[in-house]
Amino acid sequence: VSTDPAALRATALPGEGVHITTSPDTERFWEATKEGKLEVPQCSRCGHFRMPPTPYCPECQSDQVTWVEQSGDATVFSFSVVHGFPGLPDITLVPIVVDLPDAAPARLVSNLVDVDPADVFIGMQVRVAFHPIADGNVLPVFTVAGS
Amino acid sequence: VTAASTQTKPDVAIVGVGATTYYRRGQSWPRTTTELACEAILKACADAGLDVKEIDGFAYYSMAGGGYGQSMDTAMFMETLGIPEVTFTATLTSGGGGAAGSIGLARAAIVAGDATVVVTLMSLQQAQSRLGQIFATVPSDPINSFLQPSGLSGPGHLMSVLTRRHMHDYGTRREAFAEIAISERLNASNRETAIKRDPITLDDYFGARMIADPLCLLDFCLETDGAIAVITTSVERAKDLKQPPVPVIAAAHGGNRKWGRAFGWFGMPQHEFASSGHEAVAQHLFRRAGVGPEDIDVALLYDHFSPLVLMQLEDYGFCKKGEGGDFVESGAIRYRGGSIPVNTHGGQLSEAYIIGMTHIKEAVEQMRGTAVNQVEGAELALATGGPAHLPVSGLILGKAL
Repeated sequence: VSTDPAALRATALPGEGVHITTSPDTERFWEATKEGKLEVPQCSRCGHFRMPPTPYCPECQSDQVTWVEQSGDATVFSFSVVHGFPGLPDITLVPIVVDLPDAAPARLVSNLVDVDPADVFIGMQVRVAFHPIADGNVLPVFTVAGS
Repeated sequence: VTAASTQTKPDVAIVGVGATTYYRRGQSWPRTTTELACEAILKACADAGLDVKEIDGFAYYSMAGGGYGQSMDTAMFMETLGIPEVTFTATLTSGGGGAAGSIGLARAAIVAGDATVVVTLMSLQQAQSRLGQIFATVPSDPINSFLQPSGLSGPGHLMSVLTRRHMHDYGTRREAFAEIAISERLNASNRETAIKRDPITLDDYFGARMIADPLCLLDFCLETDGAIAVITTSVERAKDLKQPPVPVIAAAHGGNRKWGRAFGWFGMPQHEFASSGHEAVAQHLFRRAGVGPEDIDVALLYDHFSPLVLMQLEDYGFCKKGEGGDFVESGAIRYRGGSIPVNTHGGQLSEAYIIGMTHIKEAVEQMRGTAVNQVEGAELALATGGPAHLPVSGLILGKAL
């Protein structure tokens, strides 16, 4: 275990090793992140938000979707502090599950970056940032709000 | 136990159990998963006093997969063992959540008249792929692309996120998780079959390496190889066999959409998020059995990660929701002196991890009265499948007839 304070500061996985794939249902999400936008699908009929994107609304079964751009603010619902990743023994990750205040009950699973893990708490206010990954894609991650 | 009068009359029973040696991860190689499976099947037949050629059904869970990337195949077992014909071969969907429920699948086949002697089986080998790092190595797909990049690289990493929320909502302490690890290790300490037998202390627990905070090494189950087979048949057919039949009082699998894909999704409402996802299945199980948690004498709870044992104690009603921490810390789950002995075989944390099958094996032994750590006078045993992507499942066995 590294005692270097920099190694204890949480990051995201190095982008060049992170691959995502898309389907017709999810493609819009990843097109938006490339433009620096966080968009979430909302049912066009009943207004229910859902993540990940799926072909029908689970509340009213409509297949019509409106993509709604989010403010980028979110709240930590829960998190982990992960020490090491296969091939990256010294990395520290803070995987987070966040509530999106403008799209409840949809949540995102992401990372809180550039933070001392000891400072993270449930209820913490965080703000989206965009992290380039493999194949020209962009991953939404979060930083501490106001930092 | 006073509930016997309200119990449903059992129609099927477990009549044979067979297990291979348990190996540390990868060490069963160069034996193949087919060889391990067939050894377990032959031992289960010998235990039951059945000829292997009498098997006519297979009821799997976990998509008949042996972990990730390996599979169990009925036709291969027929070819290898000379089983002449099967009239039922099916699996529950998803993963280890269905372990206990697979006995219900066997029952369904027998009650429907589709098969008479049904094998449930798990054969696990982790020589090629390692379950503890599985999400770091599986290729991305459009749905896991919303999860995998976060670096939650194994099942325990995912469940650490649920655990932290339980601690936040209910004040659950790591001391409770430690008690689960310590008590299970104590149960394993006198078992020849257990991979880990050296007792552990609270200091050992708090000194253990953090893997996915709040989960440390001793919260994680073992990574092991081996196979276990269980044979289910009708109560009628069971009467002629070698062992006193262990009746299936009830089995249930399924679950609620609010749990759904669980820690593959993380969209669960707050109540379900900090849970094992078993609440709905527990209610069906107890209703079908005509008993309640107060009637259960020994609980074999799927323990991939210690906090999920605590959450199952809540979901099965052994204590109130949110009170699992205090309940466990009171000593309630100890084999000696506890009100509900849990994982008397040492569980997956200390004996071996065969994706839930050791729990069914121990439940059978407890109901036969032959368990190493026998609960005196036990008349009802609960075994569960893993808190995971639905289905989850539960099984209640009764004292051998």
